[in-house]
Amino acid sequence: MELLVAIMVGVLVAASVHLMLARNVLRFLFGLILISNAANLTIFVSGRLTPEAPPLIHEGTDAPLQTVANALPQALVLTAIVIGFGLFAFALALVYRTYQNLGTLNSDEMRLAEPKGEVGK
Amino acid sequence: MPRVYGGPAGWISVLVPAAIFVWFLQFLAPVAAGEQVLIGTDWVPSMEIRLSFLIDGLSLTFGLLISGIGALVTLYSTRYLGNHPEYPRFVLFLLLFMVGMLGLVLSDNLIALFVFWEVTTISSYLLIGFDSDSAKSRRSALQALLLTGTGGLALLAGMILLGNAAGSFELSEILTMGDEIRAHEHYVPILILFLAGAFTKSAQFPFHFWLPNAMAAPTPVSAYLHSATMVKAGVYLMARMNPTLGGTEPWFWALVVAGGFTTVFASLLAVRQTDIKQVLAYTTLMALGALTLFIGAGTSSAIKAAMIFLVVHSLYKAALFLMIGIVDHETGTREVDRLRGLARKMPVTFVAGALAAISMAGIPPFFGFIGKEFLYKAGLELEVASLWVTGTIFAASVLMFMAAGISVARPFLGRTPEALAATHEGPAAMWVGPLVLGGLSLWFGLFSDLPEQWLVAPATWAVYGSTAVEVDLYLFREVNAAFILSLVTFAVGFVLYLARDRIRALLSRIIEANPIKFDPGWDRVLDGLKALAEWQTRLLQSGVLQRYMVITFVTLAIGMGVTIWTKDALGPLVLDLAATFDGLVFMHWAVLVFITCGALLTAYTSSRMTAVASLGVVGIGVALIFIMFSAPDVAITQLLVETLTVVLVAVAMLKLPNLKLRNEERRPGHAALSLVVGALVTVVIVAVVQDDIDRRITDYFEIASWPEAYGRNIVNVILVDFRALDTFGEIAVVVIAALAAYALLRGKRPGRVKRGEDD
Repeated sequence: MELLVAIMVGVLVAASVHLMLARNVLRFLFGLILISNAANLTIFVSGRLTPEAPPLIHEGTDAPLQTVANALPQALVLTAIVIGFGLFAFALALVYRTYQNLGTLNSDEMRLAEPKGEVGK
Repeated sequence: MPRVYGGPAGWISVLVPAAIFVWFLQFLAPVAAGEQVLIGTDWVPSMEIRLSFLIDGLSLTFGLLISGIGALVTLYSTRYLGNHPEYPRFVLFLLLFMVGMLGLVLSDNLIALFVFWEVTTISSYLLIGFDSDSAKSRRSALQALLLTGTGGLALLAGMILLGNAAGSFELSEILTMGDEIRAHEHYVPILILFLAGAFTKSAQFPFHFWLPNAMAAPTPVSAYLHSATMVKAGVYLMARMNPTLGGTEPWFWALVVAGGFTTVFASLLAVRQTDIKQVLAYTTLMALGALTLFIGAGTSSAIKAAMIFLVVHSLYKAALFLMIGIVDHETGTREVDRLRGLARKMPVTFVAGALAAISMAGIPPFFGFIGKEFLYKAGLELEVASLWVTGTIFAASVLMFMAAGISVARPFLGRTPEALAATHEGPAAMWVGPLVLGGLSLWFGLFSDLPEQWLVAPATWAVYGSTAVEVDLYLFREVNAAFILSLVTFAVGFVLYLARDRIRALLSRIIEANPIKFDPGWDRVLDGLKALAEWQTRLLQSGVLQRYMVITFVTLAIGMGVTIWTKDALGPLVLDLAATFDGLVFMHWAVLVFITCGALLTAYTSSRMTAVASLGVVGIGVALIFIMFSAPDVAITQLLVETLTVVLVAVAMLKLPNLKLRNEERRPGHAALSLVVGALVTVVIVAVVQDDIDRRITDYFEIASWPEAYGRNIVNVILVDFRALDTFGEIAVVVIAALAAYALLRGKRPGRVKRGEDD
């Protein structure tokens, strides 16, 4: 299963890289969502996939009795999901506001700070 | 005691070095007896950096020169700059420099030595650029900083190599390991890096050009930093490292050739100048060259001669700089053609200058004569390159005689011209310094036992690495080759002095004709550096998002690819398909296909609604993977976040234009890059999963979760207990993102920027 997930993550990454290379910032944003998912899955699968054994401790015992899923990547992914969402929400607000002010979603036309022809001077 | 100007800053600036000087005196007796004093405390113990100080003959000689001349120079500055509005700033820089310089010569730890080395570089930068309104000052300051700073970096690399080779960063230990270091495989790189530091700092050819430019600094700074102390830091370093790095062929030839060339070259440039301060600047270069030359020569008598000349030069050169400062202060010019007959108007300054100049010319019974005699003697005794060393030092001495005449005899003797009739003597605070230093030049010559016993002998032992060298200074003992050479020096020097105008014209013609110019060359190097920076900035910082992303992903791909290649991750890769498909049920296949299709659809659809929907499919699919593989908490979070994401995107869509989502043009390069990055990620994951997993941290959490944190859900315990600070940070990130988004959305619309306005 790990192999298949690895291939699927590869597809996810390829799709998101393609999206993030676009001029349209909305496409860029979609790429951002996809690549966060891909990153989370990468961490998750690196900790190995263990079916039907959540990392819980039974009542009356001090530690899990049989092998349970790796808790560490789960905790990391949980944090990553929330932070990824924060980043996405902010980026979306930024895109929205940019469109309101500049009237475009094309990143090539957003050149208020670095007007064309002045780059590198 | 002359009145001190400049307020409290003035008093402090004089008292601090004077007190340090007095403190140093207590070490004279033990050091003269051949002892070493070590004082130290741990600074960064984990990195073997100690703040330890070594007082031996070499560091004590330097320490006394730095603090003694420092006190005289700061006293001088109270009048020279006391009324300057920035005077306290000047004092701060000067004292900062003094701390750095004293630390440099006293440090026993290589890293500490480097830190102090850089302190002197930075304070020198601030002092050269003290007149910050002048573009010339700023340029000179920057030039000195960049050149000596680059050398400093080389020195740091050399020190780290040396420390690793020796197994210790303590000089007192390294100094005893000379044979091991010289036989070490890194000896040549260490030597090159150390000499790069020393040669830039002490302005050896071809790094000489910053020093004459550094004369843009106020005269007390020139006298102190760029003559008596800082530029001698490189000499100090070479002298200090002589027992460790010295005595080999590369060392000998590097120092003897660079030192000798600098000596002659600088002497010729010196007599060509018309600004007396520039004459002195170039003769300082000559002295630094001579010191390098004799440290490189390395015999006991050469080291002895170098140490004598070190003291000789510090005394007379500081005095002469201070003298020309007084002349400049009183007459407003330093041009040799406009100054004449000042002796009657400024008798004390004249006496001070004359004492120093006679020492510089090497006339008996001054200390300078002893210095020159010993240089000749050491040069003649050399077995290798004797002719080169003696010839160089003879040429330099002749030109020194001439330069001494140009700097003192020419301006002070003769009839006073009308323009200078109103000139009067400078204030006492200013002539005390040169008078004391000039006086010492005579006193040390007459009673040469004093410097011999307290300064030269201990310093020679420290540099030579053995107390077996006999040091006996004398003015005159017999008529030998060195003495005859001295007499010839005077004769030739006097003739040259009389012919100075013709020589200057000749030298000017030769130098003008020479196509290689270092100072403008330096500008071209800087311009080239700027052009390079501009070129790569244009390339990398284009301001176009797309290009940034290309650069980012290409870098990522290269990084992953190189790692996979060098770690040979592909070799042991086993694709056991049977094991992979074992135990897979329809549900697994369904989720994998869902996610894959969702991702591809998002990338290729031109409809916004389809894109949002397929993003949702991917998100839910990922949540299902979490559920299937025992991560219920993660799955719940993922579902919540996914729902919110889709809602937010949908809301935003209402306000955003229905632009076509497809790329305007198809770019095969982008598609290829995407595929490469995706494939590399797959390879990395497969390689990681195939390796053994290290579960030590997980095991710890599993065991500790209940007994220590009273939680049965291990993931939750990690988040809220073991790694609570991380979670707190995560919450902070979300809050900041929310606040920022709120601020963005709430702000008034400033009105659209009209198209074309940014053209």
